[in-house]
Amino acid sequence: MSADAALSWRDRRRRSANLVMLTLTGVAALLTVVPLVLILYHLLTAGLSSINVDFFTQRPAPVGQEGGGMGNAVLGTVILVGVAAALGLPVAVGAGLFLAEAEGSRLANAVRFLTDVMNGIPSIVVGIFVWAWIVVAMGGFSALAGGVALAIMLLPMVTRTTEEMVRLVPRELREGGLALGFTRWRTTLGIVLPAARSGILTGILVALARVAGETAPLLFTAFVNPYWSWSLTEQIAALPVQIFLYATSPFEEWHRLAWAAALVLIGLVLAVSLAARFLIRSPYKDL
Amino acid sequence: MSSSSIKASSMVPSQSPAHRPESAAAPGAEQTNAVSAVEARDFSFWYGGTRALNDITLTVPERKVTALIGPSGCGKSTFLRSINRMNDLIAGTRHDGDIRIHGASVYDPGVDVVQLRKRVGMVFQKSNPFPKSIYDNVAYGARVNGIARGRRELDGIVERSLRQAAIWDEVKDRLDRSALGLSGGQQQRLCIARALAVQPDVLLMDEPASALDPIATQKIEELIYELKTDYTIVIVTHNMQQAARVSDFTAFFYMGELVEVGKTDVIFTNPREDRTEAYITGRFG
Repeated sequence: MSADAALSWRDRRRRSANLVMLTLTGVAALLTVVPLVLILYHLLTAGLSSINVDFFTQRPAPVGQEGGGMGNAVLGTVILVGVAAALGLPVAVGAGLFLAEAEGSRLANAVRFLTDVMNGIPSIVVGIFVWAWIVVAMGGFSALAGGVALAIMLLPMVTRTTEEMVRLVPRELREGGLALGFTRWRTTLGIVLPAARSGILTGILVALARVAGETAPLLFTAFVNPYWSWSLTEQIAALPVQIFLYATSPFEEWHRLAWAAALVLIGLVLAVSLAARFLIRSPYKDL
Repeated sequence: MSSSSIKASSMVPSQSPAHRPESAAAPGAEQTNAVSAVEARDFSFWYGGTRALNDITLTVPERKVTALIGPSGCGKSTFLRSINRMNDLIAGTRHDGDIRIHGASVYDPGVDVVQLRKRVGMVFQKSNPFPKSIYDNVAYGARVNGIARGRRELDGIVERSLRQAAIWDEVKDRLDRSALGLSGGQQQRLCIARALAVQPDVLLMDEPASALDPIATQKIEELIYELKTDYTIVIVTHNMQQAARVSDFTAFFYMGELVEVGKTDVIFTNPREDRTEAYITGRFG
């Protein structure tokens, strides 16, 4: 208080400007999470009542009939994401390693630019592309086509996070391997990759969570299936597509199930994000 | 016995290892009863258009400690990293002249860099243990380089290397724990053990103690003293007292030139060059 008197007008203006900016950015930070809170609240109130064992174990009941669930769509989403991971992750991680290791090469610069472009491709375009090239060629919708579409979505995301994470590995670590007489590839795979592992896995999980919620690429590829299906060559149900269909249907019961499905989907994404946070720790921490 | 080598001379390069005894007596190497382990001849190095080393001719005797000193940017680390070609990793570099290890050129087109680096171990300024267990840090290099056949032999190499690096007693009960849990000084000694496990001839140390506290530094210095009975050691250091304590020979680099090289006690008490004296008495640098 008495110190305040000693402050010049300029000092006081600095302090208040500081306070205003801190407050503004703090409010902005809160505003970004408000939608998540609202979404969760709404989904919980609208969807929680429809989540029960049947939801996960039953397939959709015919219109007008009580009960039924979305077990087949949950399974379908798992299969689709599994196919996408099997197809996309090895390529994406390998490409990310290349971008980080071949830094400065023309090919790396070109690939980096193109993956950024790919990241911006609307998912519906990916869906149409896969429809034209795979669905038409195979003569029908299939889980495989859906998985390919999701894999294409996955590629740029995982490539770039892998690259970023590998770049974060201290140069000294790489030199340590090379100085021992390791070849470049062994240094990369045996030392650099393990050191970047937790970051890469986190990036992978986040990317998987994101593509698990994609609807547009599946509409033209995996399509829908009211039955249980394990086949990669048959069309298959997926949660986001099921939500889309049920939410736009005229039936009250289906609306409830769509809310429940949305809640399950977001729950899956949250669970994966939490797993990414807690299960995988950096080798540089917690020792 | 006098200095390890003198500046650029007109001597004809020795042709093969068999000629080494003669070449050691040649001008420019007016001394050394010791056999040379590393010889640089008119070695220059560029980063892009910047010349970092200018016609360095230097002989490093076997089983001795040779310290490279000089102010920041003088080229001493560049020279060190030229010996095992770690500078190859930097784009846009080139060199002229040659460096030989036991008579064999390091820069010969036929040289396998991987083989070279097996013979020339390196310890870095910042300790860089792999994010693996203590055991695996030491065993990894030996395993990859095919030095150990079978688990028992590997166990033996790990123990011997850790003992040589004077860290065995501190880690023997926790070999399976992560190396990243060790203190900075322990990590650095582990990195030395890791380098020794590959059984190199020459050990390059790039300011190995500059990030350590005085006690850890002392341990590293004692270790260097022990190791020179088996290894040729080249150490870059900013710390002149350290150079005086651990080295047999000292080479003073300044602005990419090798100003003076000789027995450490001579360099520190009676240097020939004014610039050397100015630097070691702290008048610049």
